[in-house]
Amino acid sequence: MIHSLFLINASGDIFLEKHWKSVVSRSVCDYFFEALERATEPENVPPVIPTPHHFLINVLRHRIYFVAVIQSEVPPLFVIEFLHRVVDTFQDYFGVCTEAAIKDNVVVVYELLEEMLDNGFPLATESNILKELIKPPTILRTVVNTITGSTNVGEQLPTGQLSVVPWRRTGVKYTNNEAYFDVVEEIDAIIDKSGSTITAEIQGVVDACVKLTGMPDLTLSFMNPRLLDDVSFHPCVRFKRWEAERILSFIPPDGNFRLLSYHVSSQNLVAIPVYVKHNISFREGSSQGRFELTLGPKQTMGKAVESVLVSSQLPRGVLNANLNPSQGTYTFDPVTKLLSWDVGKINPQKLPSLKGSMSLQTGASKPDENPTINIQFKIQQLAISGLKVNRLDMYGEKYKPFKGIKYMTKAGKFQVRT
Amino acid sequence: MRNALVSAENLQLTLKSDFSSEEQALTNNHSSGNEEKPTKKPHFFLFFNHFETMNEDLKEMLESNKESLKLEAMKRIVGLIAKGKNASELFPAVVKNVASKNIELKKLVYVYLVRYAEEQQDLALLSISTFQRALKDPNQLIRASALRVLSSIRVPIIVPIMMLAIKEAATDLSPYVRKTAAHAIQKLFSLDPDQKEHLIEVIEKLLKDKSTLVAGSVVMAFEEVCPDRIDLIHKNYRKLCNLLVDVEEWGQVVIIHMLTRYARTQFVSPWREDAVFDENSEKAFYDSEEERRVDQSKPYIMDPDHRLLLRNTKPLLQSRNTAVVMAVSQLYWHLSPKHELSIITKSLVRLLRSHREVQYIVLQNIATMSIQRKGMFEPFMKSFYVRSTDATHIKTLKLEILTNLANEANISTILREFQTYVKSQDKAFAAATIQAIGCCATNISEVTDTCLNGLVLLLSNRDETVVAESVVVIKKLLQTQPSQHSDIIKHMAKLFDNITVPMARASILWLMGEYCEHVPKIAPDVLRKMAKTFTDEEDIVKLQIVNLAAKLYLTNSKQTKLLTQYILNLGKYDQNYDIRDRTRFIRQLIVPNEKSGALSKYARRILMAPKPAPVLQSAFKDRDRFQLGTLSHTLNSQASGYLELSDWPAVAPDQSVRNVEVAGAPALSKSKPAKSNEKQKRIRSTCLRIMQHNYSLNYYLPPQIIQKTLNIMTKYILIHIVLSISSPFFVNCMCSLLHLCVFLACQFDAVSWPVRVSLQASSPVFVPETSHELLHRMTGKGLSAQYRFTRQPCIYGNSMVSLQLTLSNRTDQALENIHISEKSSTGQNIHRFNAIERLEPQASVTVSMGVDFNDSTQTANFQLCTKEDEFSVSIQPAVGELLLPITMSEADFTKEQGKLVGMNESSATITITPENVSSQSVNRKVVSVANLGVIPSGQENIYRFAGKTVSSGSLVLVSVALKDPDAMITINTEKTVMGSMLLRQVKTAVQGM
Repeated sequence: MIHSLFLINASGDIFLEKHWKSVVSRSVCDYFFEALERATEPENVPPVIPTPHHFLINVLRHRIYFVAVIQSEVPPLFVIEFLHRVVDTFQDYFGVCTEAAIKDNVVVVYELLEEMLDNGFPLATESNILKELIKPPTILRTVVNTITGSTNVGEQLPTGQLSVVPWRRTGVKYTNNEAYFDVVEEIDAIIDKSGSTITAEIQGVVDACVKLTGMPDLTLSFMNPRLLDDVSFHPCVRFKRWEAERILSFIPPDGNFRLLSYHVSSQNLVAIPVYVKHNISFREGSSQGRFELTLGPKQTMGKAVESVLVSSQLPRGVLNANLNPSQGTYTFDPVTKLLSWDVGKINPQKLPSLKGSMSLQTGASKPDENPTINIQFKIQQLAISGLKVNRLDMYGEKYKPFKGIKYMTKAGKFQVRT
Repeated sequence: MRNALVSAENLQLTLKSDFSSEEQALTNNHSSGNEEKPTKKPHFFLFFNHFETMNEDLKEMLESNKESLKLEAMKRIVGLIAKGKNASELFPAVVKNVASKNIELKKLVYVYLVRYAEEQQDLALLSISTFQRALKDPNQLIRASALRVLSSIRVPIIVPIMMLAIKEAATDLSPYVRKTAAHAIQKLFSLDPDQKEHLIEVIEKLLKDKSTLVAGSVVMAFEEVCPDRIDLIHKNYRKLCNLLVDVEEWGQVVIIHMLTRYARTQFVSPWREDAVFDENSEKAFYDSEEERRVDQSKPYIMDPDHRLLLRNTKPLLQSRNTAVVMAVSQLYWHLSPKHELSIITKSLVRLLRSHREVQYIVLQNIATMSIQRKGMFEPFMKSFYVRSTDATHIKTLKLEILTNLANEANISTILREFQTYVKSQDKAFAAATIQAIGCCATNISEVTDTCLNGLVLLLSNRDETVVAESVVVIKKLLQTQPSQHSDIIKHMAKLFDNITVPMARASILWLMGEYCEHVPKIAPDVLRKMAKTFTDEEDIVKLQIVNLAAKLYLTNSKQTKLLTQYILNLGKYDQNYDIRDRTRFIRQLIVPNEKSGALSKYARRILMAPKPAPVLQSAFKDRDRFQLGTLSHTLNSQASGYLELSDWPAVAPDQSVRNVEVAGAPALSKSKPAKSNEKQKRIRSTCLRIMQHNYSLNYYLPPQIIQKTLNIMTKYILIHIVLSISSPFFVNCMCSLLHLCVFLACQFDAVSWPVRVSLQASSPVFVPETSHELLHRMTGKGLSAQYRFTRQPCIYGNSMVSLQLTLSNRTDQALENIHISEKSSTGQNIHRFNAIERLEPQASVTVSMGVDFNDSTQTANFQLCTKEDEFSVSIQPAVGELLLPITMSEADFTKEQGKLVGMNESSATITITPENVSSQSVNRKVVSVANLGVIPSGQENIYRFAGKTVSSGSLVLVSVALKDPDAMITINTEKTVMGSMLLRQVKTAVQGM
């Protein structure tokens, strides 16, 4: 399946290679570089590139291209999903997945890749199993290892690998037993010029951080499970129980994991928590353009809208922007033409606004299109769909765990067309 | 000059650095001891030197006694490998550490070995014995990783060792090791495809494995090694379906893809209009079995196994792994009844929230689906609206899907959305949108005019690419109904001066020419303008100018005759040969002169023929020829290793093949016993036939056992029932029953079976596959014969050696009455095979015979006869084939050996390379030359084998003692002649290692 893997940084250097079958010359990456050159933006490189003898499947994460070399038919998503899993694992191990982190930990990276694939077929991708095989590097452990000469590599087959619950290791022990759940919802929306909603959807996830001793068996139930239209589960969730009773029943992995992601049916009207008043105009024949933007809260159920960030790709003809924010700071990059305004919290009494003028190239014609505005925001303690967790119970263990649920709403792909 | 000198010297030095390794080692030793040395070297040597010293350091570290230094060195070497630097020089130093106790060090050495073993095959062999030892380690992780590395070393010499290791690991108790074995199968197959048959046997065994850990990997091996052996799946089909949910996610993808292919060959199409769908159709199915035969036109009922697959994959749509969701979706697309297909929609739309690359693949698949089934995705149309932040290829795919989804009801919404896209800053995307509008306009006739008007408005757009694309699309649209749109053509003629994109100019010119009768005044004027600028135009524009001129000449020659002449003259001397050719052709066609033949009469009909309007269709139109979710589908071209999805069979193949054998005895015993004596006889003969069928190739049972078995079977009531029902399922039951009976018979007859009770006979350790020529087809007038030793006890007599004979007919006529002549020329006692009545041309048949060689290697001569001819043939047995293996304890062995000394002992000492010797290789060599049993040995360097001669049953004891660097082979037997012959053979075999 996966023959080789090359990691390529933003400036086009191959800084790591790994082969699972016979060695493929790195010159195969030339085809990738060709595609990279043709693409105007880094994101525009096609994910699958055919070459005379191989196929290159790449993903771009953290400004690093992970290029897998394939020789014969394989479901492309299989490879793509695996590459993303590799990135997630690196992130899990090193905190960040950057070129520097990978280079610093090249031995661990190699050991991980060796365990994750055998002959190009995934062997162990579950983070719990990997962590038993190869312990993540920490400063303390590095120091201890250099002194005692002990190693980062486990000598026994992780118990999870063989059990029916491969995601959990045995013999977990905590002094404080805690289970935290975060319900995070994201609103994807496109708002048109006049302020009416073209499309709006809510996608949510339930992320968990479970630190419980032993083999706890948890059940989580919602007040209004009917809201959930389409769901996907962590493998630990018992699907039959969900089908029958709409209850999430599972033996959790140890540590952080995504329990559930869901989609709220599009039939329900989605509340849009912010509105934008805008007036962006260019006059024919003049080298000035006007820019006015005001944000305001709408349908927030009394919660504050925080960490608001507005960004917009201004037309190519704009040379500079001279704006005046009522709060927060703004930057305009004259090269990429990217305007971003860090608003912060929206105060309903005093609405934030950004007003001023843009200078255009003299002689250039008026741009055809007004820019779209992308908005990011966060609302704490609110799940915008109205989803509520009813209760969390634990079976199988004697102690009483500490439980916590947190709600949050965020903007996903939230766009306003002007 | 100086430069040249330096580089020449440089070259020399490069050559020198490749000098013999000894010399290098010598200088290196020096340099390691003396640190100033590098500085003394000439300055241009520094570059090479840098590497050398670095490797030198590493070598030194690797050879040190400190574990930590070694580990540090290995870490640095892995760093080098990761960067793609060549570290192969260090191979000898690294390979020494392969047996290290430090597990991390060991793992890093493995990484190194796998990377470089292919380049350094000879040195890599040094590590093999370590792995062989590790394969027996009590720790399953170590066993598994040893197998992983052993099978990853791509050295062809070790193929037999890999094969053995895989076979052993496939029966390991740990499922993790078995999983590794499944991976190793693929590796061995890619290294040596000749092993296919043996590997298939292992795959067959592993497919039966019930562990979820193994399932995915073995199916992967199946797909790679023998995807056409669908028969191996039958028995495991239901098990795989039921295990699927618990298999790890990567295995799920592979299994689902395989099962999709399987189902398409085994079930009939559910895509029928009269189909009846019942989730619990199993009962209905069995009830209607009889009806089916009577009434062919009865409604479709889904095979319960087909339903099982659909039911068990459905929950996986909820998987977090996008590849699994896609796999299930494609399974439903290819296998489910049309009305159940809608359940995959939501899941696919959900995947669009995932990473950019995932979106790309999923959108491609949705694009293909949406062509055939708009309804599936129409409710989710808004999910395909383009966002300004999407990557270009995502945008184009979304556009494609929106175009496919457009219908009368939603077209206004879609067009409104398209209007926004046309204004996009991404001009390539805007151009694609214009194409999409054109598509919608042709597909939905209600909006053609609206679209056309919108596109005409775009003609005044400032951006050139937008205008050009609009012109091209308008051209296509106008072709469908030109008469109504002369004003648009006029408008375009007006814009012509401002348009610079060649394709757009060419399109307008073509329109002018094609519809010049609708715009009689403007067209000649345009031609006039073009005549002026002809030389400055692009080639495609020039071609269209020539076309326009020709068409105008035919319709309006009064006004344009001179212009046409002028343009044709310009074209005649153009630099491009296409244009010159076209000009010459047009001139001959339209200007009548004495040379132009009959063709010019038809000029008008040729040039002004009504042309069919182009069909604007999706680029995904024909992608459904590929299985969805595959690489081939993504690329729209067949990738190597793509497995075609077959069409549904018209009639479902036998479904009972999927039935799994279960011990059916208790259920069957209720039936009535049979009484008649005649019936018993019949049963006896049937049993015999079945037994021969089942056993003749595998086992050679002594006749008394067969006798006994038959008695038991006929006495045993069950058989009657079994035989009276002759469905394939019961034949399976019967086989198991036969096994049981044979077992029972052996138990009852324990006294008569082993010849000498004290020497317990064992099964052969190794059966050679090689056959020897008995009769060549040239000498045999087309009849060829080959024989091989089966190394099994002969069923025809205790003192006989069992042989298997393969007779093939190479003529083009059937051969009749093939048999062995009665008169034997030498003294051997031969058990002949039953005469073969008739052997068809090109057919071959395998028979077995027995020969009593009287414990000598004298050849056995006999006559092989056909109806017409007689051929003298002879079999010369190797001494090793005249033995039968026995087992005994080590103590017994030494005791017996002590009795057989002096005359009865022969021995020899040979020199061997000790590295190449492992317990398995010694064992394998010895048992390959002689049919001996292996005696478990307590001492590490002594290997013992025991056997008895076939005819007289005399004991033959072989021992091989390894004493570095010698090996001493000792053979003790009463049959001294055989002993010395055997010694010679064992000697050559062991030496040949």
